[in-house]
Amino acid sequence: MSTVNCVECEAEITLEDGTEVGEILVCPDCGVDLEVTSLNPAALELAPMEQEDWGE
Amino acid sequence: MIGKPHIGVLFSRVRVEEKWIFSALEKRAVDYERLDDRTISFDLEQPQPWQAFDAVLERSISFTSGLNATRLLNAFGVPTVNSAAVAEVCGDKLVTSARLAQAGVPQPHVMTAFTSEAALEAIETMGYPVVLKPVVGSWGRLLAKVNDRDAAEAVLEHKATLGSTQHSVFYIQEYIQKPERDIRAAVIGDRVITAIYRKSEHWITNTARGGEGEICPLTPEIEDLCLRAANAVGGGVLAVDLVEHPQKGLLVNEVNHTMEFHSLQPTSGVDIAGEIVEYVLKTANSAQHSTQIEEQVC
Repeated sequence: MSTVNCVECEAEITLEDGTEVGEILVCPDCGVDLEVTSLNPAALELAPMEQEDWGE
Repeated sequence: MIGKPHIGVLFSRVRVEEKWIFSALEKRAVDYERLDDRTISFDLEQPQPWQAFDAVLERSISFTSGLNATRLLNAFGVPTVNSAAVAEVCGDKLVTSARLAQAGVPQPHVMTAFTSEAALEAIETMGYPVVLKPVVGSWGRLLAKVNDRDAAEAVLEHKATLGSTQHSVFYIQEYIQKPERDIRAAVIGDRVITAIYRKSEHWITNTARGGEGEICPLTPEIEDLCLRAANAVGGGVLAVDLVEHPQKGLLVNEVNHTMEFHSLQPTSGVDIAGEIVEYVLKTANSAQHSTQIEEQVC
């Protein structure tokens, strides 16, 4: 388990065990979508905006 | 000699489904590689690195990326789940509807036109309300329930003016007064493995839009309809969405080729990720076996 700050509002976010690179987290404070880009050291980036052809 | 298969998983984001799939692969000690579709590239003169894969599972969020990656992989002789041919059909609602119609699979009434004037005429012929859908898109985005001529004129003008060229393919579907739910079934190969109701008071019942899951018992009718729909689009790992029409009965509304099952798996208790992995391994083994036979013949 590690902590990292939201790149939008700097809120402290805890990465639970089992978190994967590429996973999307929602900042509990500002609600922005964040992508986990690294686990060691923990790093987040703003997740890409949803595109028109996204889906299943 | 047939060795341990080397599997690729093409993805864009690690959603809960991908976590379950990775976990199922690791549980089976499968030799696999994660392929982020935002970082890969293909050299058409050097396909060998890609040909090291015995099969690739396509889990891209982007229809365009997934489709083109599988087109190239299939051209290089690498089997994909699903194939590019299946993605081409399922990724476009009009092509899906055409295939379902060709196969005689019951579906909602669909009309299509290529100008807003012709679309308005088609809508008036069908009768209100109707649903306008983009031919490419998912998660219930940009669906419009059109209740009268005023709304039709407004939506058609907006689509024609603001939309990309694909929005000038007007896909018009009858509005179905369904019982505040639809059915999502998972088809893997020649089996329907489970189904759930997706319940919502909103006319869009997609769980991506807040619809809730509840177990749906598999009936012979559901199984038959789902397998016919899956065969119509080319088969593989598919999510078939059914609607209950008050007069016509069960109809196939959509067939999805990169199935999301974040509600389906926990609601049904079926290990869908594990089933997908087993199907991918079977595909890889078949490909290895075919290659071995070709080598022996040569």
